[in-house]
Amino acid sequence: MLRSVYNWLDKRLYLTKLFQSTAGHHVPANSGSWFYVFGSATLLCFILQIVTGTLLALVYVPSTNEAWKSLQYLNHVQYLGWYLRALHNWGSNFMVALMTLHMVQVFLFGAYKYPRELTWVSGVFLLVATLAMAFTGQVMRFDEDAYWGLGIGASITGRVPFIGDRLVHLLLGGPIIAGETLSRFFALHVFVIPAIIIGIVGMHLRLVLTKGINEYPVPGKPVRRDTYDGEYEKIIEKQGVPFVPDAIGKDLIFAALVLVLILAFSAIFGPAGPSGPPDPTRVDTVPRPDFYFLSVFAALALLPDWMETIVLFVMPVLMVGFLFILPFISGTGEKSARKRPVAVLSVITIFLVLGTLTYMGDTAPWSPKMNAWSGQSVPVDLLQHRTPLEMRGALVLQNKQCRNCHSLEGHGGQRGPALDDVATRLTRDQLIRQVIQGGGNMPAYGKNLSPAEVDALVAYMLTLHPPSHPPARDSAQPQISGNPNAKERGVGEAVRKSMTGKSQ
Amino acid sequence: MTEQTANEVKNPTRRNVLFKVGVAVNAVAGVLVAIPIVGYIFSAFAHPKLVGSEAWIPLGDANTYVTGQTRLATYRNPFTRPWDGATAEIPCWVRRIDERKFQVFAINCTHLGCPVRWFQESKLFMCPCHGGVYYEDGSKAAGPPPRGLFEYSTKVENGKLYVKGGILPTLSEPLTS
Repeated sequence: MLRSVYNWLDKRLYLTKLFQSTAGHHVPANSGSWFYVFGSATLLCFILQIVTGTLLALVYVPSTNEAWKSLQYLNHVQYLGWYLRALHNWGSNFMVALMTLHMVQVFLFGAYKYPRELTWVSGVFLLVATLAMAFTGQVMRFDEDAYWGLGIGASITGRVPFIGDRLVHLLLGGPIIAGETLSRFFALHVFVIPAIIIGIVGMHLRLVLTKGINEYPVPGKPVRRDTYDGEYEKIIEKQGVPFVPDAIGKDLIFAALVLVLILAFSAIFGPAGPSGPPDPTRVDTVPRPDFYFLSVFAALALLPDWMETIVLFVMPVLMVGFLFILPFISGTGEKSARKRPVAVLSVITIFLVLGTLTYMGDTAPWSPKMNAWSGQSVPVDLLQHRTPLEMRGALVLQNKQCRNCHSLEGHGGQRGPALDDVATRLTRDQLIRQVIQGGGNMPAYGKNLSPAEVDALVAYMLTLHPPSHPPARDSAQPQISGNPNAKERGVGEAVRKSMTGKSQ
Repeated sequence: MTEQTANEVKNPTRRNVLFKVGVAVNAVAGVLVAIPIVGYIFSAFAHPKLVGSEAWIPLGDANTYVTGQTRLATYRNPFTRPWDGATAEIPCWVRRIDERKFQVFAINCTHLGCPVRWFQESKLFMCPCHGGVYYEDGSKAAGPPPRGLFEYSTKVENGKLYVKGGILPTLSEPLTS
C-alpha cells in the first residue's frame, strides 16, 4: 500500500531521482569525519533561528515605544516566552561559534582550494551576513545597550568622508535615533538579511553537490589544476558512498548534541536582557556591545587616535577582501595542515588576537569606573598614621574623582596607574606638575583644585609607598642629612631615618 | 551559424521580434519600478536635511540654570512621531557661564557617541565607553576623542533658553563647528 503511494508520487515528482542527486549523492568515504560536522550544524542553528525568530515575532512589537515592554512581556508574562528568547539568543551564539569552527576547519583542510573557490567565497558572504544578523539582532533587544549601540554605529558611520552625514541618516532612517531606526533594523533582521542568507546557503549547498565535498587531505598530495578533477572522480568511483545514509551519521549525532546543548544553555542561563529601558535621558549607563563585537570595541580604545578612522574603514575591507581572494592566490598546492605551518600559525595568531581583545573588551580597563569615587572606601592602612594635612589630601583624592581612573589596593579605575606606590615613582615636584598640568592621558586639574587642595593631595600621595621601598627623590639634589625639606615632603619618619642613615 | 538562425537574422520571425520587444519593454518598466524604490531607500540623499530636523527648541526658564554650574536637561526631538516613545526625549548638558552666556553640549562623546557624564567636583565630563574626558568648557582633556564635545547653538529669549537641535551629532554633522 505505502509502496504504491510512493510509486504514484515518484512518477510525478521524481523523488528517487531527486534523492540520488542531492542527499544521496556520493561523497568520499573519509569525509564522514568528526571534523566535517560543523557546516551542517551551522545550518541547523540557522533553521532553529528561523523557527524561534518567527515565534518571537508573534509577540514582539518593533516600535521604539513598545519594543522594550514587549520584551518584558515575553520574559515574564507570555508562557515560555523567556525560553524562546533564550533559545534565540543561545542559538545565535552557537551559530556564530559553529560557523567559525566550520570556517577554520575548511581553511586548515585546504577545502577552499581548486575547484571549490566559489564555495569558499559564498561562505565569506554568509560570514558577513551572519555578523550583520548578530548586530541587527542586538538592536532588536531594544534596551539601553541597543540604543547606545546604535549611537556608536552612527558615530562610526559619521566618520566616512564626504557622505558621512547622509549615511548616518540612511542608517538611522532620519537625523536621530527614533521610531524609524528600529523599524529599519527590524526589516533588515527579519526580511532582508535572512532572505540573502537563504539564497546564498542555496548556492553554497549547490556547489557542495556540483564540486563535491573535500576529500580528507593527505599530506604530500598537492592539488593541481590539471589533474585534480580526474583524481577526485577516481576517489568517488573507488570509495564513494552515498551521503545519506553512509556518511551522515556523525553529522546527525553532532546535530542532536548541539540541539541539546542549546536547550540546556537556554534553560540554565536564560535569555539575554533586556537591560534598562532605551531611555536616552538615563545617562548613568555603561554601554557594552554583545560578545561578538567586544574585540572591535577593545581595538577602538587601544588604537592611537590618528589610526582609528583608517582602521575602522580600511581594515574590514582588507580582512574581508583577503578572505575573498584567498582561494585565488592559494588555489593549489598542499591541502593538509601538517604541511602548511603558515596557515596553522595564522589561525593561532588570529584567535590569540581576537581572544585577547575580547577579554580586554569585557574587562575594559581603559574605562573610568564611574562610581569608584563615591562607592569605594579608602583602605584603612592607607589612612592610618597620617597627619591632618595628609588626611585632607586623601579626601581630595576621593572627592575629585581621582579614583575613577586610579585604583587604591586594586579598587577603582585602571585607566591611570595605581596610586598605592605612586611616591616611589614621582617626587613632590613631579606630583605637583602632574596634578596641575596633567598629561600622559590625564586631564589637567590646575583650574579645578585650589593651591591648598593641591598641597594636601600631594602631601598624601607622598605617603603612598611600601614601607620597604623609599620614596622617589630628585637625583639632581644630593641627599644631605637632616634635609630641611624632608619633613615638609611628608616622608614617613622611619623612611627618613633610613635614608639619612644611608647618606651618612 | 546554422542555416536556420542565419535565416532568422535576415528575416526575423514574429516570435523573436516579440521576445526582443518583450525584453525592451521590461527593461523600461524595471527602471520605472526602480525609481521610486531607490528614491524611497535613499531619501536621506535626496533630502539630507529633513524639514524640522534642526529647530530652536526651548530648554525651559533660563533662571532654572545656576550660574557657574552644569546640569542635565532634556528636550523633545522636534521631528518626532507618536510611536517614538522614550527615544524622543534627548538629553544634553547645560552650562551657565554668567547671566547671559550659556554653553549646551550634546550628550554624545565625540569618539563613538556614548553618553558622557558630568562630575561637578572635578569639573570634568567622563565617557564610560573608552575613557574620553572633557573639561568644563567642553574641550578635550584626555582619552581617544578626536575633538571637544559637540555644542548646540543657544539663545535666550524672554527669559527662556533655546537650543538648535534635532540631529544626532557625529563628526560629519557636528551641530556647530
